[in-house]
Amino acid sequence: MGMTLSQKILAKHAGKSHIMANELIEAKLDLVLGNDVTTAMASTIFDEAGFTNVFDSNKIAIVLDHYAPCKDINSAELCVKSRLFAKRFSISNFFDVGDMGIEHALIPEKGLAAPGELIVGADSHTCTYGALGAFSTGIGSTDAAAAIAQGSLWFKVPPAIKVNFQGKLNNHVSGKDVMLHLIGLIGVDGALYKSLEFVGDGIKALNIADRFTIANMAIECGAKNGIFPIDDITKEYLHDVVEREYDILVADSDAEYEQEIVIDLSQLSPTVALPHLPSNTKKIDEVKGLSIDQVVIGSCTNGRIEDLRVAAAILKERKVAHDIRCIIIPATQKIYLQAIKEGLIEIFIKAGAAVSTPTCGPCIGGHMGVLAKGERAVATTNRNFVGRMGDVTSEIILTSPAVAAASAVIGELASPFDL
Amino acid sequence: MYTGKVFKYGDNVDTDVITPARYLNTSDPAEYSKHCMGDIDTYFVSKVEKGDIIVAGANFGCGSSREHAPIAIKTCGVSCVIASSFARIFYRNSINIGLPILESPEAAENIKADDMVCVDVTTGEIKNITTGQVFHSAAFPPFISEIIKAGGLINSIKSKGGENEL
Repeated sequence: MGMTLSQKILAKHAGKSHIMANELIEAKLDLVLGNDVTTAMASTIFDEAGFTNVFDSNKIAIVLDHYAPCKDINSAELCVKSRLFAKRFSISNFFDVGDMGIEHALIPEKGLAAPGELIVGADSHTCTYGALGAFSTGIGSTDAAAAIAQGSLWFKVPPAIKVNFQGKLNNHVSGKDVMLHLIGLIGVDGALYKSLEFVGDGIKALNIADRFTIANMAIECGAKNGIFPIDDITKEYLHDVVEREYDILVADSDAEYEQEIVIDLSQLSPTVALPHLPSNTKKIDEVKGLSIDQVVIGSCTNGRIEDLRVAAAILKERKVAHDIRCIIIPATQKIYLQAIKEGLIEIFIKAGAAVSTPTCGPCIGGHMGVLAKGERAVATTNRNFVGRMGDVTSEIILTSPAVAAASAVIGELASPFDL
Repeated sequence: MYTGKVFKYGDNVDTDVITPARYLNTSDPAEYSKHCMGDIDTYFVSKVEKGDIIVAGANFGCGSSREHAPIAIKTCGVSCVIASSFARIFYRNSINIGLPILESPEAAENIKADDMVCVDVTTGEIKNITTGQVFHSAAFPPFISEIIKAGGLINSIKSKGGENEL
């Protein structure tokens, strides 16, 4: 029996020629990632364990993005701990305020994720780099401390679900709609412990930003990782960011998949997830008109330049509705600067949106857009769990940037086709 | 062996309701554990007693990778969590920090809130003292049992002299 792309990457890093689903392996890591919330904890565990050295100071990345720029004294202390750890071990890929971005947009941009690599991160959305054909997955802080110390971790080889994309997306339909559709189809535990292997001719029509968004939300259906094959679009993206050589592995033709899901991209329409699960999906036309108080465009899911261009095309020469707060957060400094160069930021500000330095802030209910009792937000983020963005009675509707921007203009949950 | 009163929850209890991120601006467990489960059970923290057991439906611990979630549950005194299934990262984190977790769809379906339950983590036997029903959870693979026996991942690595070979 052959291996899937995920299994091939794991086998290579375990030094084995063949592995099977559900086998336990020890595998060498190419990158270990942490943020301000998880690195502080990992550094304490690292010290308590009596570890004295990191496995490779060039293969660890620490990004202060969740509460940074710090919102209060406690969060400032978390960042201090991460800074001290980075300094102590001369971590070369340490990104602080002014340099940092939302980690899962920043890591690919900095060339720290490449095809065939095995990446773990103390953040559940580490699965994002599957867009580039890497095996990447989220871990906790104890795993991170162990990974930082020894450069390897144990893995259970995931069985696979094949997601076969066909056709092309229509106007105003994006990677976010594709992934919400898939999560709605299989549920929030539909891929529990498994890998999502994205294949099919439809992939050719998905740009790199769509792929990042899709892989990013693999965790929202319980998947261990989500991975795309490497093609010309991947190579073109990597050409500017990754200098080192990388391995282009391909799935065996006789690889085993527990399930195959075929999605005709041309049949999809803008899709949203109503409170309080990402699987609670509806087509926009079924639910438009719901009242909202805030719109957030950003996050590791949808804060890339392509997302900002979509939002700007809708907000250009329009105004954010009177009673709506619209917050737009470019995911990295580079994206922010590019958005300035392209005139997108001017469009946002003229439309009456607030534009912020990169931060995860509102997505986790941390800062920069926390919701009050009973308020409802439309957000391009990835989770709409109870209390995620603020008060326990507040609500989040997950959407694409196009639906979010249209909602900001119309002043209620709205379709971009209704502008 | 753990004996305790049951706190019962449904499917998809996510790490945001176990430990809301708005309280994770500190890494002090005593501090963030004060809000454990608060978003779906306001009284959990005031009612839970040492040894009590959480029983829940499918996909317990879904969402964020925050290890604060199993730590908060453990800090509150919960002895073990039984669910019909666990989200992957939560499952791993619980084993790594030494919070016993057992998968048993039958137990999750039949045990009710406030039942008294006795759990033998080594055999996987779950006994509902209130009703007399007995359930069994699947045994952990030997490799994971070793981590649990060592008291978590770090101790397991240290006991093997720094190398975590299979």
